[in-house]
Amino acid sequence: MTLKLGVPSKGRLMEKTFEWFGARGVTLQRTGSDREYAGKVEGIEDVSLVLLSAGEIPRELSAGRIHLGVTGTDLVQEKLALWDQLVEPVEELNFGHADLIIAVPQAWVDVDTLDDLDAAAAAFRAEHGFRLRIATKYHRLVREFLRTHGVADYALVDSQGATEGTVLNETAEAIADITSSGETLRANHLKILSDGLILQSQATLWRSRMAPLEDHSRKALKTLVAQLT
Amino acid sequence: MHTRSDTLARAASLRAIFERQGAALVEPPILQPADTLLDLYGEDIRARAYVTSDALRGEQMLRPDYTVPVVQMHMAHGAEPARYTYSGEVFRRQEHDPNRPNEYIQVGYEVFDRVDPAAADAEVFALIAEALAGLPVRPVTGDIGVLMAAVQGLETSPARKQALMRHIWRPRRFRALLDRYAGRSAVPVSRQTLLAPDGAACDAPMVGLRTRAEIDARVEALREDAKTPPISAQQVDLFDALLEVRETLPNALSRLRDLMVDMPAIADAVTRVANRADAMRARGIDTDALIFEANHGRSSMEYYDGFVFAFRAETRPDLPNIASGGRYDALTRRLGQGGEIPAVGGVMRPGLMLELEAAQ
Repeated sequence: MTLKLGVPSKGRLMEKTFEWFGARGVTLQRTGSDREYAGKVEGIEDVSLVLLSAGEIPRELSAGRIHLGVTGTDLVQEKLALWDQLVEPVEELNFGHADLIIAVPQAWVDVDTLDDLDAAAAAFRAEHGFRLRIATKYHRLVREFLRTHGVADYALVDSQGATEGTVLNETAEAIADITSSGETLRANHLKILSDGLILQSQATLWRSRMAPLEDHSRKALKTLVAQLT
Repeated sequence: MHTRSDTLARAASLRAIFERQGAALVEPPILQPADTLLDLYGEDIRARAYVTSDALRGEQMLRPDYTVPVVQMHMAHGAEPARYTYSGEVFRRQEHDPNRPNEYIQVGYEVFDRVDPAAADAEVFALIAEALAGLPVRPVTGDIGVLMAAVQGLETSPARKQALMRHIWRPRRFRALLDRYAGRSAVPVSRQTLLAPDGAACDAPMVGLRTRAEIDARVEALREDAKTPPISAQQVDLFDALLEVRETLPNALSRLRDLMVDMPAIADAVTRVANRADAMRARGIDTDALIFEANHGRSSMEYYDGFVFAFRAETRPDLPNIASGGRYDALTRRLGQGGEIPAVGGVMRPGLMLELEAAQ
């Protein structure tokens, strides 16, 4: 079995990943037509390319179906329980920076900290009869963060995209999402809680602790990691 | 290694102990409507229970415990007094420790009785202690009611007491609040700015359901709070001394009575601890050796509001509690649709009991 390297299959994340590997003498390429998710690796022996959605790379790493994979810290920690037993970070790629944060409407002048959020949630629940809703797709990370900090009387509502719009649309009162520049937040009249940083994420090369290695692929892994880091 | 049928056989014999006390056998469904549990416990329950759903009934949870459905059933059409027992699977998500099972057999006993709470507490504890006799387990007891009384007795505003009460089960947030109310932690800069003249001015548009009036109300509450004098160092020290009580029951009681001199608000709650100790002794419990820990039960699910207890495996600190329980009067009020009744109960884990026996 050759060494399998999983990388994001489209968009800026794919381009940046290709660039990062290219700068280290490993050429990643998509092959076939634009729409075909096939690829190849040049500049190193016995490594094959697997193009995947960035969101699926954590699962493939944990199942041991790929040996190496590029994806964000946020996705690894959200999708894998006990992630550090399943995967190991090899190198941070220094792009795809994003912070997972909690944001509330700018008009909430009384809310700046988690402590404020908790108190506002209690009052909100008493007033409206339901818990203050926080829209997110990072359910586990957000729930664990809020539990650690003792925030109560909130409910998570699922939002897989356009999360910043949920407050305006009144399907949530606050959000927990990734942001890089904060521009979308500002455009939607939201502000970040001063102690609401849950996780700092960036694109990272991970090694699966679960993928079987034979002499052949072990050697390829060693060579590749040496060349990249 | 014991099998599932060994566990079920042990569960049946434990249940028989409670049936001999006149307990009615109840069998609530495995699938429970999620909204009741979510309403009670909030998001935290999602980290502990499995949620499933269909398009017709919406979200359902795989029974994470029996107490809530048993209370609901009793409040809907139970006669008084009542004793119930049950045994069967409960389901708990495990995302941190792969060695903990996500499905296990639980046997429980719940007593709904207005007449003599101390005797009911002692009955539940003593029956479970007897059933565990011979196993290397060590009981620990506590009383959330003492902590609640101490909070109510603090010399501070009702709003501050209410905030502390709300977080009794979240020790870290509770501590942060207490420190702030005592003036021991710095007021965040954003709060100082907000409370300065014109600090609450804002030209950002209103978005979302939370209204300007709600924001103004909280700003007003914060202004009031800023005028509230700090809780005195003496009171905070007393509270800390209370939280640190961890002694055998007789010593703990004498410690609590010492504290009572300066915290008269806990007097009734301490009397309840003493009455319970008498009732336990009357049932043959060696209260001289029994540990009372004021802090016990604060990190469990937030429905215990009086007596709390747990039996831990002495030889196996890695195991969860072999048995645990407590008093949950407030839960009957919340699920009672206007009714309420004092209630106490406990659960045992026959699978863990067999595991301990095998190691002996």
